[in-house]
Amino acid sequence: MIGDFIFDLAMRNIRINFLRSLLAAIGIVIGVIAITAVGIMGANMTLSVTETLSANSDTIKVSPYSGGGGGMMGPPQGGSSSSDDEYITSTQLRTIRQIATPNTVIPVYSESDTIYIGGDEGRASIYGLAKSDISSFLSVTSGVIDLQSTNGALVGATLAERYGLKIGSRIKIGDEDGDSGTKTVKVSGILEERGMTFDINTDNAIIVTDRWFTTVYGGEGEYDEVIIKVKDINDIEALKTAIDDQLNRKDDEVTISDASRMLDSITSSLQTIISMMQGIGAISLLVASVSIFNVMMMSVTERIREIGILRSIGTRRKVVLKMFLYEASIIGVVGAIIGGVMSFILGYIVVLSMVGTTAYFFTIDSLIYVPYGMFIGVIICVISGLYPAWRASTIDPIKALTAE
Amino acid sequence: MPIIQIHNVTKIYPLPVGDVVALNGISLDIEEGEFVAIMGQSGSGKSTLLNQIGSLDIPTGGDLFIAGRNIREMNDDELTDMRLNTIGYIFQRFNLIPLLNLYENVEYPLVLKYGKRDTTGRPTELLRMVGLDGSIIEHKPAEVSGGQQQRAAIARALVNDPKILLCDEPTGNLDSKTGEQIMDILTDLNRQGRTVILVTHDPQTAEYAHRTIVLRDGRLAE
Repeated sequence: MIGDFIFDLAMRNIRINFLRSLLAAIGIVIGVIAITAVGIMGANMTLSVTETLSANSDTIKVSPYSGGGGGMMGPPQGGSSSSDDEYITSTQLRTIRQIATPNTVIPVYSESDTIYIGGDEGRASIYGLAKSDISSFLSVTSGVIDLQSTNGALVGATLAERYGLKIGSRIKIGDEDGDSGTKTVKVSGILEERGMTFDINTDNAIIVTDRWFTTVYGGEGEYDEVIIKVKDINDIEALKTAIDDQLNRKDDEVTISDASRMLDSITSSLQTIISMMQGIGAISLLVASVSIFNVMMMSVTERIREIGILRSIGTRRKVVLKMFLYEASIIGVVGAIIGGVMSFILGYIVVLSMVGTTAYFFTIDSLIYVPYGMFIGVIICVISGLYPAWRASTIDPIKALTAE
Repeated sequence: MPIIQIHNVTKIYPLPVGDVVALNGISLDIEEGEFVAIMGQSGSGKSTLLNQIGSLDIPTGGDLFIAGRNIREMNDDELTDMRLNTIGYIFQRFNLIPLLNLYENVEYPLVLKYGKRDTTGRPTELLRMVGLDGSIIEHKPAEVSGGQQQRAAIARALVNDPKILLCDEPTGNLDSKTGEQIMDILTDLNRQGRTVILVTHDPQTAEYAHRTIVLRDGRLAE
């Protein structure tokens, strides 16, 4: 085949100008790595978040309406609240319980406060829950889940690790310089790490009994949110609608949400961030394409007499065009293969260090970015080689033969 | 019927400083099997005329028939095919493809014509005919002498069995002894029936031809 012969010519020219071609290919390697590794990382992040939040797909959260709540069931976005309440009342909780039965309903008190552990000072979320509710959706890695004494507390895994908390450790909660001073709780158990969750984020939190909470912060019967753990996730929409019909009948009282909206919102934000990072990575491919263009133009200029010879002895324009496109394609394919292999390795390292798990690395959604990045790398090379190849094919053979 | 018919051919190069008339109303017939030398001083238009006959360039005016076809009515692919199949070009500077060895240079037009590597042994046969044999044919052009390059160039010009051989100062870059050997090969090829058109400004070289045409300022001076 003439194509094989021309391909061989292109290969020989690349070998003669090996260093120059290699440098051009390195540009493609970097570009492919940039877009592929970022793509892999993004896919792994998205998959990780999706799985974590999917574990919360049985959860409905009812919060006091505060005028926002875009994308969630309840009052329209931007409207002002018709209710002055910033909490869920006991009456509302009762209504929710009536609607949600037989599902589990967990009223939650919450606060953010200063904490003192030994000589260290920090901040943590404080959640007040009924003793019976705690064990219904939380578990401990050490200690006991049941808070026997009033001042017993469970601490999140991250908080425990950060401050070296053990069973029996004491934590002072509240502002030492404030009027109400501090209250002390004793660690009864250390909670299992939960990661990103839809209900309450316990990893950096202290769980106390509702009694302790209302004694310290007041507001008994004024809940910050109500969590409903649904037995059958197919009931979620019906439950949400029923609560909305009851509690938001006259005025906008509560916002009702479930994990799916949050999941959509987070994955959408992640996709935007990843696309932006890929866009930045694509700039390196653009730089590489300029390099390929430059190499190809130099090749055309240096080989102008050779082009003249080829044309004068009967080589058609399209064959000359093909020869230079082969050259650009070879650089692209070599760069894309090296880039693809390196993206695979670097992607694995990046995912391990940034996402923390490679559980999703060997999935199609993640590894699809390797052929995708390689394909873009090759296409960029071919596009960069189009003009130089066209120019080579349209050179006047007489002028080319007389060129020095 | 003449294999080459040139009727009132002009070639004008438009330049910013004014048009340059390279060929001015040339009319000429060359019969099949003739050996014609074209002579003239530098700038007389002899290479321009050879380029028109070689279908590397198209006349501005007049008609030029090669093997019965008017090249002014042919598109680029048809002109290219004419150079591949009907015309063999031998250049002063040999013009071998530097990336290919001598054998591959000779084989290349065959690959262009048939779309596959040669299996008939014709390139080897032609290289042997012009005096190139053995491992020398595996060398790149830059690794052999000018005479050996010109011999390979002749073999390449012959490989597709063209009716017309165009030679642009074929001995211009060679010593006199090698030049004579090359001219002997061309004479033999003409004896075998090929039409040979030779551009030269060396009267001794022109003596090998049956007929000599002299150009002066783009016109026939004969």
